[in-house]
Amino acid sequence: MEGYETMSAARVGVVTFPGTLDDQDAARAVRHAGGEAVPLWHADRDLKGVDAVFLPGGFSYGDYLRCGAISRFAPLMEELIPAARAGLPVLGTCNGFQILCEAHLLPGALTRNQGLHYVCRDQRVRVENATTAWTGDYAEGQEILLPVKHGEGRYVADQETIAALEAGGQVVFRYLGGNPNGSLNDIAGITNEAGNVVGLMPHPEHAVEDLTGAPSVDGRGFFTSILKRFVNL
Amino acid sequence: MIDSVKRAAETPEEPQPYAELGMKLDEYDRVRSILGRRPTSSELAIYSVMWSEHCSYKSSKVHLRQFGTKAPKSEALLVGMGENAGVVDVGDGWAATFKIESHNHPSYVEPHQGAATGVGGIVRDIMSMGARPVAVMDALRFGGVDAPDTRRVLPGVVEGISFYGNCLGLPNIGGELAFDPCYIGNPLVNALCVGLLRKDQIKLATAPGPGNKVVLFGARTGPDGIGGASVLASATFEDESHAKRPAVQVGDPFMEKLLIECCLELFEADVVVGIQDLGAAGVSCATTELAAKGTGGMRVDLNLVPLRDPSLLPEEILMSESQERMMAVVTPEDIDAFMAICARWDVPATVIGEVTDTGRLVMTWNGEVIVDIPPGTAADEGPVYERPFHEPAGQAALNADDPLRLPRPADLRATLLELLGSANLASKEWVTSQYDRYVRGNTVLAMPADAGVLRIGEVMPGAEETNRGLALATDGNGRYAKLDPYAGAQLALAEAYRNVAVTGARPLAVTNCLNFGSPEDPEVMWQFAEAVRGLADACKTLGVPVTGGNVSFYNQTGSTAIHPTPVVGVLGVLDDVRRRVRHGFTAPELKVVLLGDTAEEFGGSEWAHVAHGHLGGLPPAVDLEAERSLAAVLVEAAEQGLIEGSHDVSDGGLAVALAEACLAQGVGATVQLPGDDAFTGLFSESAARALVTVRPESFEAFAELCARHEVPCYGLGTTGGAALRVEGTFEIPVDELRATHEATLPAVFGA
Repeated sequence: MEGYETMSAARVGVVTFPGTLDDQDAARAVRHAGGEAVPLWHADRDLKGVDAVFLPGGFSYGDYLRCGAISRFAPLMEELIPAARAGLPVLGTCNGFQILCEAHLLPGALTRNQGLHYVCRDQRVRVENATTAWTGDYAEGQEILLPVKHGEGRYVADQETIAALEAGGQVVFRYLGGNPNGSLNDIAGITNEAGNVVGLMPHPEHAVEDLTGAPSVDGRGFFTSILKRFVNL
Repeated sequence: MIDSVKRAAETPEEPQPYAELGMKLDEYDRVRSILGRRPTSSELAIYSVMWSEHCSYKSSKVHLRQFGTKAPKSEALLVGMGENAGVVDVGDGWAATFKIESHNHPSYVEPHQGAATGVGGIVRDIMSMGARPVAVMDALRFGGVDAPDTRRVLPGVVEGISFYGNCLGLPNIGGELAFDPCYIGNPLVNALCVGLLRKDQIKLATAPGPGNKVVLFGARTGPDGIGGASVLASATFEDESHAKRPAVQVGDPFMEKLLIECCLELFEADVVVGIQDLGAAGVSCATTELAAKGTGGMRVDLNLVPLRDPSLLPEEILMSESQERMMAVVTPEDIDAFMAICARWDVPATVIGEVTDTGRLVMTWNGEVIVDIPPGTAADEGPVYERPFHEPAGQAALNADDPLRLPRPADLRATLLELLGSANLASKEWVTSQYDRYVRGNTVLAMPADAGVLRIGEVMPGAEETNRGLALATDGNGRYAKLDPYAGAQLALAEAYRNVAVTGARPLAVTNCLNFGSPEDPEVMWQFAEAVRGLADACKTLGVPVTGGNVSFYNQTGSTAIHPTPVVGVLGVLDDVRRRVRHGFTAPELKVVLLGDTAEEFGGSEWAHVAHGHLGGLPPAVDLEAERSLAAVLVEAAEQGLIEGSHDVSDGGLAVALAEACLAQGVGATVQLPGDDAFTGLFSESAARALVTVRPESFEAFAELCARHEVPCYGLGTTGGAALRVEGTFEIPVDELRATHEATLPAVFGA
C-alpha cells in the first residue's frame, strides 16, 4: 500500500463468531498495514499466541437477546477476558464494542439509536486520547472521518461512570458534526483505565483504502498504532 | 386419515379442492391423466404450486422464449436462463451470477417480513449457483409519497431490507425508488443479488447418481406461507388448528448468514453434487426440480423433515415456504464430511431421502406412499397458455395527448427546484442511509452513483483481492412503459446499460423483473408481450444477453393494473477497477461536457408529471446505436483516464443531472446551454446522453474519441464555485440545491 511503511509482522487475531460480518475487512486492514491477521474461532479456547485482538462488527449469534450478550460466553472469550485484563491489546468495533461492554472489559452499554433507525454514514470523529494501544499514531484533537453503520450504538452509562470516563481521559473518540445515535456526551469510543482495551462504534477497517469504503484513509492509524508497539519488542 | 396413493386409487370419485388451490378443471384433469388416477392430497399440493403462475410461468413462457431465440452471441455467457440464476464470465477465471426477483405481494401484506424475505430468497438463488453473494440492490415503487398507505408500506419495506441485508453482511450498493399513484395497493419490491465464484466451481440444481443422499439443511420447516395448504388440510382433516396459517414467511438473516458460510465451505470441500434453494413451493419445488434434472428418480421420507411445528401435515410440509433452507445431493462417501461442515456452522442438516433410477418421485409418510409421480411432469411440463392480447382501448388517445401542448414555465430556476424536491428526484438518503454499503470492504461506488461498483475478490476468507471490478445498475420507468411498452422496456435497458457505462464498465449481461397486472386481461397481456419483444430486440442490438429474471403478474387493485413496469438490471465489468469513473463533479476547473443530442421530448417526463400531473404522448425516442456508441466512448475514455467524473442524463433532464453532479461533492459549475431553447435543453429527457468532466488538457483527445465514435460532444462550461450557474438563465447556490433535495423524504417519513 502506498503511504505505508512496512511494519514487522505483528500478529493480530481477528475473531469470528457466528454472525460476525466485518472479519474479512478487519483482516485485510491488518494485512495492508503490514501485520499478520490470524483468524480466531469463537468455539476454540485458543488465542494462538497473538499480540493483539480485533473484535469486528456484525450480528454475533444474531444479536438475539441483546447485542453481544451471548458472545461474551463464547469459549474464546473465556481466554480473551483474562488476557485483556492482563494487558493484551484488544480493539472492538461496533458489535465488538458491544461485546466488550457485555464482557465488562469496558463500562456502560450500547442501546438502540435515538432515531430508531439503522444509520450508515461517513462520520467526523475527534480523537480525544492518543495514548491508548490503538491510537498512538493519531494526535490528540485530530479530526478524522470514519464510517458508522449500526442500529444500536447509543452509548449510555450512569452519571458517575460518565464523569469518571471524562475525568480519566477514557473517552477516546467523540462524534463531530451531529451525533448519529444519541450517545451521551457524543461518545463514539472509550478505553479501559489501562488503555489496552478500546471500543468504538465507527469502523476504521472501512477507511484504509483509497479505492474502497469511506472517502478517507483515516482508519489506518489504528493498525499502524498497534503494529508499531511490536516493532521494537 | 392419510390420503395415500393406495387410498387415492380406491376412491377415484372423492371430490378434491383443486379450484381453491388455484387450479383450473382442465389442469386438474391433466394431473389425473398423467397419474392414471386421482392425485393424493399431497400430489395435488405439489402440482398446484408447481403449476402456479409463479412457478410455471405458464402465461409468460411463450413470450419469454424470445430472450433465448433472439439472444445475441455472447462469449461471456456461462449459464443462461432456466437455472437459479445466470452466470457470466468476468475475466481471469472469475464468474459473476446475478438475478433480480419480485416480492411485491408479500411486501404489501406485511412490509417488513415481505421485503426481508425477498432479499433472503434472491440471496439463496445466488448461493445455489455455487457463488458467494457479494452485494444486493433493490428497485422499489410505492404509491404517492403523501398517500397514507405509503407511510405504512415504505418504512416497513426499507426496514425489512435493512434488517435482513445488514444482518447478512451484504453491502447494498444501489437500486431505485419511485412513487406513482398507480402503485397504491401494489408496491413493487424487486431485490437483486450478485455473487462471485471461480468459473470452474459452478453448481447446478441436479440430482444425479442413484444412491446419492438428499440432504435438507438450514432452518427447520414451519407453517410459513402455506395459506393454500390449509384448504387441503381443512378438506381432508377437520382440524381447526390447521385452518389459519400465516400467508407471509418470516425471515432469520442470522441463519442465512450461517448458511452462506456453510455452503461456501461445502463447495470448497467439493462435497456437493447438486444443490437447490427452497423458495416458493419449498420441498415440492426442490425435490421435483432436482429429480427432474438428475437421474430422474428420488425417494423421500417426509417424516424425516425437521419441523418447527410437530403438528404439520405432509401437505403443509410440501407447501411450506419456511425461509433459510437448502437441499443438496451428496454422495454416500462425502456425507460425513458434509455433515461435519454443517455442524461446525451450527446448521441443522438431515438426510431425508436418496436419488433413484426409477423415474419416479416417491414420498412416504408414516410408512405409506403418499406421492408417486414422474417429477418432470410437475417441474417442467406445466401448462402453457397463449393468452389473448390486444392494444388497450385508450392507447391511441393516450399517445395523441402530446405534452408539447402543455404551458411552459417562465421561471426555470423555480422549475428546477420544484423537480429536485419532487418525490421521484429528491435525495433517497432517508432510505439508503439505513443500508450498510461498506461491509465486505469491496465497495467502490454505491448510492447515489449511477451504478454500484465492487472490487472482485475474496470468495473465501483470506484470499487476496484482485483489481477487477463489477458494475451493476437497475432501471425502469413505468410511465414510459405505459405510453409505449415496447419502447419503455428498451429505455429501461438503455438507461441501466448507460449507468453501468458511465462508471467505465463494459456492459455484459441483463437480468429483468417484469411487473405487470393480470395476464387474464388482454390489454395487460399486450403490454407484457410488447415489453418482452422490445427488451429482447434491444438486448440483441446491444449485444447483452438476458441471463434470467422473474415475472410478477397480478399487480392490480380490482380491475386497475399498475403501469407496466419492466425493471432491467445490467451487469458490467471493469478490467481495472482503479480506472472507475467517480460520480458527479469531483473537483473545480474541469471542463463540463454533454454527450449526446437533445430533442424536444417530454412524453412521460418528470416535468410533465410534477408540473402538470400529465401522462401522454410518446416516451423519448430509442436509439440503440447511439447508446452503444456512447457506452463505447465512456468505456474507452475511462480506460485511457480521459474523464474525471460522470453522470447519466435521464429523469428530469440535463438540469437535474447538473444539480445532482454539483451535489455529489459540493462542487458547483458554470455552464452555457448549447441550443436556443433553454427549457428543452434543461428538462427534455432525450435518451443516449451523459454528462462528463474532463481535465482541460485532455479535452482535445476526448473530443477526438467522441468524433471517432460519432458521439455528439458539447463543451458546456467549467466546474467550480459554490453555485450552479446556467448562463443567462439562473444561478442556484449548491447549499440551496442541497436543502431542497434533502428535505422531501424526511418531511414525510420523519428525520
